[in-house]
Amino acid sequence: MSSVRKESAETGSVSRRSVGLLDSPVEVVNVGLEGFYQELKLAGVPVVHVSWSPPANGDPKMADILSKLGA
Amino acid sequence: MSGNPVWIDVLPAEKVIPVLKDKVVLHAGPPISWERMCGPLKGAIAGAIVFEKWAPDLATATEMAAGGGVTFHPNHHFGAVGPMTGITTRSMPVMVVENRTFKNRSFCTLNEGLGKVMRFGGNDQEVLNRLAWMRDVLGPDLGSAVRAAGGIELKGFIGRGLSMGDEMHQRNVACTSLILRAIAPWLARTAKDTNRLAEVLASIGANDQFFLNVAMAMGKAIMDPVKGIEGSSVVTAMCRNGTDFGIRVSATGDQWFVAPVEMPEGLYFAGYGPADANPDMGDSAIVETIGVGGFAMAASPAVAGFVGAGSASSALAFTRTMSQIVVGENPQWTIPALDFAGVPTGIDIRLVADTGIAPVINTGIAHKEAGVGQVGAGVVRAPLDCFIHAARALSNKLGVQ
Repeated sequence: MSSVRKESAETGSVSRRSVGLLDSPVEVVNVGLEGFYQELKLAGVPVVHVSWSPPANGDPKMADILSKLGA
Repeated sequence: MSGNPVWIDVLPAEKVIPVLKDKVVLHAGPPISWERMCGPLKGAIAGAIVFEKWAPDLATATEMAAGGGVTFHPNHHFGAVGPMTGITTRSMPVMVVENRTFKNRSFCTLNEGLGKVMRFGGNDQEVLNRLAWMRDVLGPDLGSAVRAAGGIELKGFIGRGLSMGDEMHQRNVACTSLILRAIAPWLARTAKDTNRLAEVLASIGANDQFFLNVAMAMGKAIMDPVKGIEGSSVVTAMCRNGTDFGIRVSATGDQWFVAPVEMPEGLYFAGYGPADANPDMGDSAIVETIGVGGFAMAASPAVAGFVGAGSASSALAFTRTMSQIVVGENPQWTIPALDFAGVPTGIDIRLVADTGIAPVINTGIAHKEAGVGQVGAGVVRAPLDCFIHAARALSNKLGVQ
């Protein structure tokens, strides 16, 4: 936490918002890997999961083709 | 969605698929050679060869098939579909479904029931005797009844079935009952004798999956007119032969995009387990292309339990997820549990390749060895590679690089 506070003090308003972030009970929106969601859920943390993966499974050439095809 | 599929007849396959006059065996899935076929497909082919009296026994039939004595083609190449092994040979009765909007016709064999049956690789005398009864009694009598009825419009059955807990792939209890109600008076009017009529009625009434093959022929009749639309990325067919999974896409016409089939995950009958299972098989995934089956799982909490897909809420999630990879919802076929949202319809290869969400298919599970039959039911995913190959082909065709 000290490093977060130190970094936020040096880098401006957006980072300053993280000060105190974990001082109150945490509510989590997990994006992507479902394993993190499952672990937090097991630990009793309020969490919702957003199913997401990189477009075209991370293949930039296919993502480009799909974009041109209007996906 | 504007199609109007009508069941108009039941006829010997060779009457409507001329290529079957020769020693030809139609099978499920994309094209495949004998050497690459799985056990149940080989077993069903051997059984069909004996059934057609091209060979006296299964051993001779297997030698004949391996030696090039019969020719193999996919059902899909002739406007036909067949569940699991999908075997269609010349004397087998097929339902004829006409899409009256577009005037095309499709064909599908009659459902044999559950357990040891040819579509799951069964090929013993019990299986062949049932097929002979279907050829000599069930097929001709259903044909007479359907013709006398002037055809039976099919789309309405799906709408009602969805509201009664069917998803039309692994659960067809409601639709089988509904179509039996529709056809029973015509069977009675055209019956040759009461004992024979009772046999036919009892056969349909005892087979919860009778309607599956009706839904498949209907699906084929709906999707065939979607072929060949310039620039369209909609899937017109998904099917499996137990070795390869194949899809066809509207803009690329009859071209197949193929990848290895997946193994279903599901529940097994007593005495069987995953080690006994054959990989995914059948043309029945045509029903998912029209928005039912796994895509309509939300309508059928009971099937979610049967195929091992989990709870009723899981069934809802399957349908909601599939809505991310389709072009729209079908307002004619709605799901009560989703506030009467239409079933997700028209799989778009671009959305599948972009999201990585593979179409879900509800399926039966065959034993991996010939002659055993069905050992369970489950859920399987279409392999993503089919859709990626198709997207590349579509981009080449359109000059988009």
